[in-house]
Amino acid sequence: MTAVVATSNAVLDELREKIASLEGAGSRKRSVLPFGVPELDAQLPGGGLAFGALHEVAGGGNGAVDGAAAALFIGGIAARTTGKVVWCLTRFDLFFPALAQVGLHPDRVIFVECDKEETVLASFEEALRYGGLGAVVAELVRLPMTASRRLQLAAEKSGTLGLVIRRWRRQTEASDFGMPTAAASRWRISVLPSEPLPVQGVGRARWLAELMRVRAGEGGEFIIGACDGQGRIRLSSDTADRPDQTDRSFAVS
Amino acid sequence: MPAAKAQALVQGLVMIDADPAADLAVLERLTLWALSQYSPVVAMDPPDGIIMDTEGADHLQGGEELMLSGLVNRLRGRGLAARAAIAETWGAAHAIARTTSRETVIVPRGETARAVNRLPLSSLRLPAETVASLRTLGFATVGDLAAIPRAPLTLRFGPEVGRRLDQMFGRVAEPIDPIRPVDLVEVQKSFAEPIGAPETIEKYVSRLVRQLCLELVKRGLGVRRADLIVHRVDNTIQALRAGTAKPVRDIAWLTKLFRDRIERIEPGFGIEKLSLAAIIAEPLIEAQSASSLIEEQVTDVTPLIDVLGNRGGQRSFRVAPVASDVPERSVQRIAPTAAEDGATWPLNWPRPPRLLARPEPIEVIALLPDHPPVSFTWRGKRRRVKRADGPERIFGEWWKRSSEWVAVRDYFVVEDDVGERFWIFRAGDGVDAETGSHKWFLHGMFA
Repeated sequence: MTAVVATSNAVLDELREKIASLEGAGSRKRSVLPFGVPELDAQLPGGGLAFGALHEVAGGGNGAVDGAAAALFIGGIAARTTGKVVWCLTRFDLFFPALAQVGLHPDRVIFVECDKEETVLASFEEALRYGGLGAVVAELVRLPMTASRRLQLAAEKSGTLGLVIRRWRRQTEASDFGMPTAAASRWRISVLPSEPLPVQGVGRARWLAELMRVRAGEGGEFIIGACDGQGRIRLSSDTADRPDQTDRSFAVS
Repeated sequence: MPAAKAQALVQGLVMIDADPAADLAVLERLTLWALSQYSPVVAMDPPDGIIMDTEGADHLQGGEELMLSGLVNRLRGRGLAARAAIAETWGAAHAIARTTSRETVIVPRGETARAVNRLPLSSLRLPAETVASLRTLGFATVGDLAAIPRAPLTLRFGPEVGRRLDQMFGRVAEPIDPIRPVDLVEVQKSFAEPIGAPETIEKYVSRLVRQLCLELVKRGLGVRRADLIVHRVDNTIQALRAGTAKPVRDIAWLTKLFRDRIERIEPGFGIEKLSLAAIIAEPLIEAQSASSLIEEQVTDVTPLIDVLGNRGGQRSFRVAPVASDVPERSVQRIAPTAAEDGATWPLNWPRPPRLLARPEPIEVIALLPDHPPVSFTWRGKRRRVKRADGPERIFGEWWKRSSEWVAVRDYFVVEDDVGERFWIFRAGDGVDAETGSHKWFLHGMFA
């Protein structure tokens, strides 16, 4: 029985390799950036956020307008990469001390403030093509299919992690997030009431992370604790239901 | 006024002989300085002026207005009173800069005629006797002269009057012959047959870049600022300027800086000459980029910063901490290539990832002096506060502004029913009215 399983796996592996070579992905980097949360990583092909791909993140509810949770989620991801981070936007309303608190050092981040959305797209693509950067982030309202495909190809070529924060002027405009794009994964981060403390006060923030779409994988919903000082997230104790893990984060592998 | 009369009027008047030759030498030095700083096409406009073609070069200084005010301020810093004007033609800019009472003037596109209409005749760059005889005939302004038929004028004063008028209104081209320092690193290519296709231009630009880099290698220099000057067959000049954050001798990098903007060149009837000059060059010593296999290779992002910076329509910067407790003053923008000193903010207080540019007033029900609000209304929506942390008291910086002598802000982190977290503050300590208005504001959004 085991022998049969082994051979079938070998056949499958061979087929996978063939498909990969047909896709012309010889130069493509296959590495991923794991979240270090097994439940979350299991939903992502390769066990983490793929390098050399585009990932979209939006906020839910009021977060669709202010993009605060999305920015911090992305800040946490960028903090766990190595190398410089380029952050393209039209309106600079980030308060960097908060990003420094999730482990993103100000020396690592170069901001590009653009006059127009089109310029953001152009700078984003330029930075994605450059290669050797840890991550490239863009804050965008509109992300048409054509533009996203261009960006995805640019990211694939250089193997850079491309992160898009989608934010809109009004909450009603956020229905635009249903439109298809070429991004490899699509997330929605909504805020939840913070983790209860034994005393009065605001505990560690909790988010509802919805993995709405992921290429070659299934989506899922997770209740996570916000990024800690190293940009790591963890499953919140409510869903994990494992009291022994409430006090520690998962280490990055 | 005769010197004797002036001496009689002012006691202890010091007389200095005019020295036109020395004036001209200083003007030339200033012109060379302007060439390295502002524009690829700069020429002397003796006896007292400098003329520049700033088209396609102003973005490096942050736009026309900033460039102009910066220029005047820098000259003032050297003890020179200057007035500057931007107009569509040499004639108009020359006239406006010499007649205006303001320090800087920018004439919008297409409004040259309106701007020069009321200027006196003396601003037309005509010989003094011609101006005097025109005045005798009753002409006072440029507009008067432009309104009458040209033939009688030409008959009486020769073609000069008409030529100067046409130059001022932009009907006749007046190319600027750019000044060149003696030790300039410059390469050029003349074409037997004018070229115009973008691919051809690109090909020759990359050839020029290669030649320039060879020249630079010989002298051990790297480019900080490079100019591509395009001479067209109709005797007009176009210029592209590219700046770099540090000395460069890399062919691919330099080519890319120009390639992005080749589409902006208008070949018109054809280009007969291309020239590429390193306006500012600095010593460049080749350095080894990676020292060992194990060491983590750090990618140099300066080329990317250059590409983005030369494109226009965007600014790149980094942020750095400032030792200030007031949130909006604790962040400053620094150049993307500034030295990395590893400084960061204190990490022990909660800070929101998004900060409003201006704190927005909110309606609040709260117990004084140090309780968080029970509920608040922001942008027309009432929110009940479920959990709260605070106050975090921030004092005004009295050493910066005397109005902040006793000012206080009490910051709270509040969370509403659905879990949205905000950063709100009360101006004042809740007891003493002198410390603030006791009004509440929302300052940022937590994640």
